Amino acid sequence: MLLSSWWDVRDLGNAVSGLVDALQDAGVPNGVIYSIAALLGCLGIIAFVGATAVINIWVERRLIGRIQVRKGPNRLGPFGLLQPVADAIKLIQKEALQPKSADGVVYSLPPILIFIPAILAFAVVPFGDKMVLADLNVGVLYLLALGSTTAVLIFMAGYASNNKYALLGSMRVIAMLISYEIPSVLALLGVVTFAGTMSLSGVVDFQDTYWSWLIFFQPLAFLIFLLGTTAELNRTPADIAEAESEIIAGFHIEYSGMKFGLFYAVELVNAMGLSAVIAVLFLGGWWTFGVEKVIPGWILFIGKIYAVYFLLIWFRGTLPRFRMDQLMAFAWKFLLPLGLINVLVSAFEVLLWTEYDISAGVILPASVVVNFALAAVLIVGWSKLMMKPFTDVRRRPHLFNEINVPLPGEATPEPAG
Amino acid sequence: MVSSVAIKTEPLVVNIGPQHPSTHGVFRMRVHLDGEVITDAEMVVGYLHRSMEKLAEERTWTQNIPFTDRMDYLAAMTGNLSYCIAVEKLAGIEVPERAQYLRVIFAELQRIASHAMANGTFVNDCGAWQTPLFYMFREREKILDLFEMACGARLTLNYMRIGGVAFEPPDEFWPQLQALIDELPARIDEYDRLLLDNEILVMRSRHVGMLSAEMAINSSVSGPILRGSGVAWDIRKANPYCVYDRMDFDIPVGNIGDCYDRFVVRMEEVRQSLRIIKQALVQLPAGSHTANIPLNLIPPAGEVYSAIESPKGELGFYLVSEGGPTPFRWHVRAPSLINLSPLREMVVGQSIPDAIVTLGSIDINVGEIDR
Repeated sequence: MLLSSWWDVRDLGNAVSGLVDALQDAGVPNGVIYSIAALLGCLGIIAFVGATAVINIWVERRLIGRIQVRKGPNRLGPFGLLQPVADAIKLIQKEALQPKSADGVVYSLPPILIFIPAILAFAVVPFGDKMVLADLNVGVLYLLALGSTTAVLIFMAGYASNNKYALLGSMRVIAMLISYEIPSVLALLGVVTFAGTMSLSGVVDFQDTYWSWLIFFQPLAFLIFLLGTTAELNRTPADIAEAESEIIAGFHIEYSGMKFGLFYAVELVNAMGLSAVIAVLFLGGWWTFGVEKVIPGWILFIGKIYAVYFLLIWFRGTLPRFRMDQLMAFAWKFLLPLGLINVLVSAFEVLLWTEYDISAGVILPASVVVNFALAAVLIVGWSKLMMKPFTDVRRRPHLFNEINVPLPGEATPEPAG
Repeated sequence: MVSSVAIKTEPLVVNIGPQHPSTHGVFRMRVHLDGEVITDAEMVVGYLHRSMEKLAEERTWTQNIPFTDRMDYLAAMTGNLSYCIAVEKLAGIEVPERAQYLRVIFAELQRIASHAMANGTFVNDCGAWQTPLFYMFREREKILDLFEMACGARLTLNYMRIGGVAFEPPDEFWPQLQALIDELPARIDEYDRLLLDNEILVMRSRHVGMLSAEMAINSSVSGPILRGSGVAWDIRKANPYCVYDRMDFDIPVGNIGDCYDRFVVRMEEVRQSLRIIKQALVQLPAGSHTANIPLNLIPPAGEVYSAIESPKGELGFYLVSEGGPTPFRWHVRAPSLINLSPLREMVVGQSIPDAIVTLGSIDINVGEIDR
């Protein structure tokens, strides 16, 4: 297994525990030691978040550029890598305008406060076996709670701007939050039922123990949570809160300069955070079928985060946006029932496993087959049902070789009688 | 004791435009909102008014051609063409066969370019973040390259002349045109696969912005909007100009008259335009590209109205000559303006996103609305 020496780069947690041990030997009080360890962890997370936020600006713009048959930023530095720096310098230099009628404090706070839940989410994410800052035993619950606070801050921003578009945007955020939290929670409930723990490290351990990623046991939950994530992140196809073509920028329309820059950056941090959650819960986190013994697990984990993030970018580059009511209908009529069925089936499988003592070697492969079949049948069938009003009408045009209306001043049919 | 306080409520009035990403220029829609549902809408135009119709009365007949470029700047060819045909009718000028065919080829290329733009922005309005727009731009770009070869300009072309076209296209024009014709069908099929059966796009545009055939005829709309509403009407068929009577093509007609129908009608019209170009290339005769007309053209006194099927609809010119070197009256029947007239009826009762999609499906061009 893992070397527990401090120099082992496969798990940077070893270095910290080595330091803790050394300080304990030197007789430093425990309070100080753990404060130092916690501070190191915080610094690590903030460094990671800051660096990825900057890199993600470039990644996202380049990839969207590729998808849109253009090049993307490629002038500043090698491959345009310095573009985010130039963007940041420009935004800092710009005057931060504030509308006269805006509510000063409530207007200024959200761009700063919104970073708190975004960064806090990383506290429970295990980057490696020991590379987790706070291994909460209610980690999943904690993440869901943090997700909701973001919506409150967005609502604050939109409401305090005193702008009609911002108001519409913030109303949409609240409606969307209420609709999307529930399918997301149900999706995670399926995962938690299966793994039997709410701790994120515990979920990874479960996947390690049973030699399989949870996406194989919970394909439906994965898809539901992925769609819930797009809504939570305000990304296409659920970017109705800032819908560019409708309400211009929605809640952050009145923010300029670095205040806008912070909203822009936090979007990327949030995208990173939720991609990390998906990578932990469904793609095994740092555990990768034994490969993590060769390549450091945290590097594999970051790779997985970017794989999920790429999926989100791909969505953004491809899909049109739902309308408000369609998004609600999608959440309540599609995701919610599917989530409930998924929880029911997962609970039944776990019941068979734990209460009726059917061995894991039988129940786990069986549930993979059952859950995949269930996901395929439900998604295809249910979407056919939901699309009925749209599939009833012929989609292709009729072709006429002649005009079918009388020419002006020519042979108009005589009225009868 | 329960006290009731009367809460003061009032409808939210939002100006969509003139500065808004989805108003395609400087069009303004003043909407009254109840929540997100539009209870009333008012269209405000005039932000791009350049007084072209008055200015044209000060310029000679030939000097007025560049104005027609700057009306619908996404379809300058058809603007040129409509005006030139009107003047030719007024002055009784015979246009050589080859020029007629060249006009058909360029007008149809322009239709493809304009529809590419219209469909790209329409899907953009549905929320697909610019990707379809860039793909459509790729095709439009190739057509603009062809225009550049033929007349040196890409947007404000000024290519048609009274009595023909300005230049004979260079030799290298024809292989490049052929290459475009060869590769476009595959590209259109690709967009069909990407867009037409995209369920989100269908959800966004089906049953949205409905316009019945009766309402469409009563409000005098034309072009893809009229055809989307189920009326097979096309001036190229009804009152053929140039050599359209020798071409075999179909009129695509929508099923129920919603935004999606207008979108697929445009998509199909691109295919039909390609068919026309192919036939025109086969039939293209040798000869002069322009009639021999005097430099200082003075049509006899009289008036004329002549219209063609531009990408956006019926683009007509009403010209009055008093036998002088300049027009006495130069009036344009702009399809963009007239297609807007049923917009209020189409958007009231819908939400803001639907209104944006509806406006996108009408494919307005503010340069043409305001002139």
